[in-house]
Amino acid sequence: MKRTHTTKTSALLRSTRAARSTGRLGARVASALATSAFAAGVLAALATPGCKKDTPSGAGPAGSTTAEAVKAAGNAIRIGVLTDTSGLYADLAGQGSVVAAKMAVEEVGGKVGDVPVEVVFADHQNKADIGSNVARQWMDVDKVDVIVDVPTSSVALAVSELVKQKNKVLLASGPGSSELTGKQCSPNTVHWTYDTYALANGTGKALVKTGGDTWFFLTADYAFGQSLEKDTSAVVTASGGKVLGSVKHPLNASDFSSFLLQAQASKAKIIGLANAGGDTINAIKSASEFGVAKGGQKLAGLLVFISDVHALGLPTAQGLNLTEAFYWDKDDQTRAFSKKFAEKHKGAMPTMVQAGVYASVVHYLKAVKELKSAADGKAVVAKMEEMPTDDTVFGKGTIRKDGRKVHPMYLYEVKTPAESKGPWDYYKLLREIPAAEAFRPLEQSECPLVKK
Amino acid sequence: MSIPPQALFGQLLIGLINGSFYALLSLGLAIIFGLLNVINFAHGALYTMGAFVAWFLLQYAGLGYWPALIIAPVVVGAFGVALERTMLKRLAKLDPLYGLLLTFGVALVIQGLFRIQFGSSGQPYEIPDALKGATNVGFMVLPNYRAWVIASSIAVCSVTWYVIERTKLGSYLRAATENPTLVRAFGINVPRLVTLTYGAGVGLAALAGVLAAPIYRVSPLMGADQIIVVFAVVVIGGMGSIFGSIFSGFALGLIEGLTKVFYPEASDTILFVLMAIVLVFKPAGLFGRAA
Repeated sequence: MKRTHTTKTSALLRSTRAARSTGRLGARVASALATSAFAAGVLAALATPGCKKDTPSGAGPAGSTTAEAVKAAGNAIRIGVLTDTSGLYADLAGQGSVVAAKMAVEEVGGKVGDVPVEVVFADHQNKADIGSNVARQWMDVDKVDVIVDVPTSSVALAVSELVKQKNKVLLASGPGSSELTGKQCSPNTVHWTYDTYALANGTGKALVKTGGDTWFFLTADYAFGQSLEKDTSAVVTASGGKVLGSVKHPLNASDFSSFLLQAQASKAKIIGLANAGGDTINAIKSASEFGVAKGGQKLAGLLVFISDVHALGLPTAQGLNLTEAFYWDKDDQTRAFSKKFAEKHKGAMPTMVQAGVYASVVHYLKAVKELKSAADGKAVVAKMEEMPTDDTVFGKGTIRKDGRKVHPMYLYEVKTPAESKGPWDYYKLLREIPAAEAFRPLEQSECPLVKK
Repeated sequence: MSIPPQALFGQLLIGLINGSFYALLSLGLAIIFGLLNVINFAHGALYTMGAFVAWFLLQYAGLGYWPALIIAPVVVGAFGVALERTMLKRLAKLDPLYGLLLTFGVALVIQGLFRIQFGSSGQPYEIPDALKGATNVGFMVLPNYRAWVIASSIAVCSVTWYVIERTKLGSYLRAATENPTLVRAFGINVPRLVTLTYGAGVGLAALAGVLAAPIYRVSPLMGADQIIVVFAVVVIGGMGSIFGSIFSGFALGLIEGLTKVFYPEASDTILFVLMAIVLVFKPAGLFGRAA
C-alpha cells in the first residue's frame, strides 16, 4: 500500500511538469489529499508510541534479586496513558489525564518498593486501529505494564481485548460504553469512573420522573453513542416513558442544526444527547440558537463534562442536568486535589475522567506493592478487586468481579450565571445516587466472568 | 421514510446556511488557486485564526462582533501577506505541490499553537445583540443570525465575483495569471498584485471565521474540520473557477443537508462520493477549464 502511494506521488510530480494544465488538477489535488492524509496517519502511528517519556528511564534498580524487589515487565513499572491529545476529547481527558497519572505516581514517591514508576503517553486520535497499534507496541516493545484512560469506547474495547491477550492491565477512565464490563468484560480490565448505564440511570431516570416521558435521541454513531442510547432507552421505557426516535450523527460533526430540526419535528419532550465532548457542546449551542427550549422541549446532555460547561459558558449551559462521578468542589479533599491539579494544568479543574485516572493509578500501585509484582496483569486486577479502594478523590469504594469500580454518582444541575461565584463554580447538587444504585446490578450483568 | 414538505424546507434552508460557509471558504481557495496557482492548505487554519482574532478583540480590547467583522479579515489578511512575501513567493516557480506541502505545514503549526494555548473545547463567543433571537418563517424557526450568515455570504460572494470577472482590477489580475511578463511590461506591479490577492483570499477565510464564531465555538479544530470538505467543494466546482466554487459551495451544502435527513450516517462522506463521481466524468470539475 505504501509503495503504490509513493509511485503515485512521483507520477503526480512528473505529470505536473509535463503539462501545466489546470484541467486535471482536481484529480491531482484529490489524490494529493489522499496521499497526505495517508502519510499523516502513518507518521502519527509510527511516531507516537513510547516516544514521550517524561520520567527519565534510568538504569533500573540494581537489587532486582532481593526479596523486596517488585517485578515489572521492564526495569520500571511503566504506565501508558493512551488518550486523545489533539481531538474533540482532548480537554476532558488528554494532557490532563497525563498530569493526573503523574500526580498519582508522585504520591508514592515515584517508586513502588525500589522500582521506579514511569509515565508515558500517546495520542490515539480516537481511532481504534491507531490505539491498538500503540498499545501493541507499548506492551511488546516498550514494556508498558498498564494502560490507562483510553477515552473513546471503540478504542477502549479494542485495547481491552489486546490487553487481555498480553495479560497486562487496562484502567479505563475515559470510555463510557457499559460493554467494557458487560458482554465484553475482561479479567484484565477495570472500568473506573462512569459508564453509559450509570449516566442513563442518573440523568435519564431523573428526567422521566420530572415529567420528561417522551424522548428523541441525537446519537454519536459509534460504540459509545449506541451504548448510551441503548442504556438510556431501557431506563426511559422501564420508568414508564417512551422513545419516539433517534438520529445517528457522525463523530465530530460540526453542524447539528439539521439533526435538531428532526428532533424538533418529533415533538418529544426530551432531546437526549447521546454524545460527548465537542459534539455535545455544538449540539447544545445550536439548540439554544434554534429555540429548542422555547418550543417546550428540554435538552438532556447524557454525558456532560465540566470542561464542556466551561466551554459553553453558563448563559448557554445553565439549567442542564447532568450526572458526574466527581466534582472538584464537592468537599475539602476534592478541593485540595483539584487545586494541586489546576496548578499543573493551566488553571483548569479536573474532569471526572482525569480524576478517575489519578484514583485508578493510585489503587493500581497499591495492588502492585501488595503483590510485589506487576508482571501478571490478571493477578494485579484480582488484587485490585480484593482490596477495597480508598483515595482522596472518590473516597471508599470497591471493584466488582466484572471489573466495574463502584462509587456514588451525583446528579447535578448547572448554575445560572447569577448563582455562580466565579470561574469553575458551575454545579449544584440535586441528588447523590448511592453506589449500590448507581451502576448496573451484578445479577443483570452479561459478563461471562460473573455468570460462572 | 416520508418527510413532510415543511421539514424538507427547513432542511434545505439549513443546507443553504452550511453552504454559505462552504462557498465563502471555497471562494477564497479558488481565487488563490486560480490566480496564484497555490493550493492553500492553510485556509482552514486561517479561518480558525479569523475566529480567534474576533475572540481576542472581544476579550482584550472590548471590541464586539461588528468591528471584528472588519478588523479580523484585515489582521489575518496582513498575516497572509507576510506569509506570501516570506515563504510562498519562493515557491512560485515550483510545482503547486510544494505550496501545498508548505501551507499544510503552516496549518499544522497554527492549529497546534492554538490548541496548546486554548485547549480543544474552544471558547464561547456570543451572538451580537442585534441578531439574537429567531423568526418563525412558517415551516421552521430560523435563528436571525443564520439568516444574516446566508445574506452576507451571498453578498460577499457576488461582490467578489463581480470584482474579478467584471472590473478593470479583475482583468489585470486575470491577465497577470495568463502572462505575468507581458502584464509587467505594461507597468503593472505583478508581484504586489499577487501578494494582495493572496491577502484578500485569506481575508475571506478570516471573514468566514468571524461569521462562524457565534455559531460554533472558537476552537482550534474548527478549521481542520472544514478544510477537507471545502477542498472537495473546490475540486467539484473546478479548481480555480470562481463561479464554480460559489455554486458548488451552496449546492453541496444543500445536498449534505438532504443526506442528513435521508441517511444521516453518510452525511460526512457524501461529498467525497460526489467528488469521486465528478472526477470520473469531468476531471476538470463542473466548471473548470478543460486542458
